[in-house]
Amino acid sequence: MDSSTFIAALRERYLELSPHMAECGLTIRQLSADSATLELPSREDWLGDVESGRFNPGIVSVLVDNSAGLAVIAHAGRRDAIATLDLRLDYLRPAFIGSPLFCRARCTRMTPSIAFAHAVVWQDNEAAPIATAQGVFMRSGANRVTGGDA
Amino acid sequence: MSSHWSEARRAARERHDYQALIELIPYARFLGIRAEGGNGRLCLRLPFRDSLIGNPRRRAWHGGVTAAFMENAALLQLLLQLDEDRVPKSIDFAIDYLLPGRAEDLHADCTVSRLGSRVAHTVIRCWQREADQPIAVARAHFLLSAS
Repeated sequence: MDSSTFIAALRERYLELSPHMAECGLTIRQLSADSATLELPSREDWLGDVESGRFNPGIVSVLVDNSAGLAVIAHAGRRDAIATLDLRLDYLRPAFIGSPLFCRARCTRMTPSIAFAHAVVWQDNEAAPIATAQGVFMRSGANRVTGGDA
Repeated sequence: MSSHWSEARRAARERHDYQALIELIPYARFLGIRAEGGNGRLCLRLPFRDSLIGNPRRRAWHGGVTAAFMENAALLQLLLQLDEDRVPKSIDFAIDYLLPGRAEDLHADCTVSRLGSRVAHTVIRCWQREADQPIAVARAHFLLSAS
């Protein structure tokens, strides 16, 4: 499978493979070997506080974990089984319920067993991110001798 | 407005009824977080359900959900322990995953390791069957209301 065919197939199947991504209504806005951009719709369920209207930080972690994982798989060019080793987020600004969140993630370095990713989350203005994040993933499928798409 | 908060806190502290505290955070309610008390320290539980799976082939917990559960464990512990009239603001969060999350309930507790006048530092542990075998550990800083 060449790279563009793989990306197209990944784009089609990735969201339906994860029940929780489907439940959250996540959609892929952009996907290439270089980066992945996901959109999270705004919902009352994501409220972090009954009074302030702010997003809860937890749903931002869900968005970032998915985006970074997708960016790593797209960069690998095959459906490696990956596991998150760690994730770190800085919450730069509050985000308020009412408009969607976007997350763009890039794989910044990939070795046979480890992948490093960086992500930026914004709401209305990409130039004023609400969060930045870094994640490290283990590529557990990388050393398999047999094929498969796990 | 602040009466919600004091009533929820009173129910939690005096009657060990944590539902009102959880209701103050709609996302915690969406996840389905449950709380049990102890000596001033909450023990949180997130019942397993299929829609929280990240990888159906391995029926493993979504790593982002584990993180979200732990972040909210810290928020709920702070709400119980302090007299804040709003949910503390997240500054940063870092999680290390130690074991894959099996298709069973998650448990978490949180220690407030430093309480300054404006910032709290928290350490959160998450486990499944064995409390001494965490599947993830995390730390987070929160900004408190100016007192």
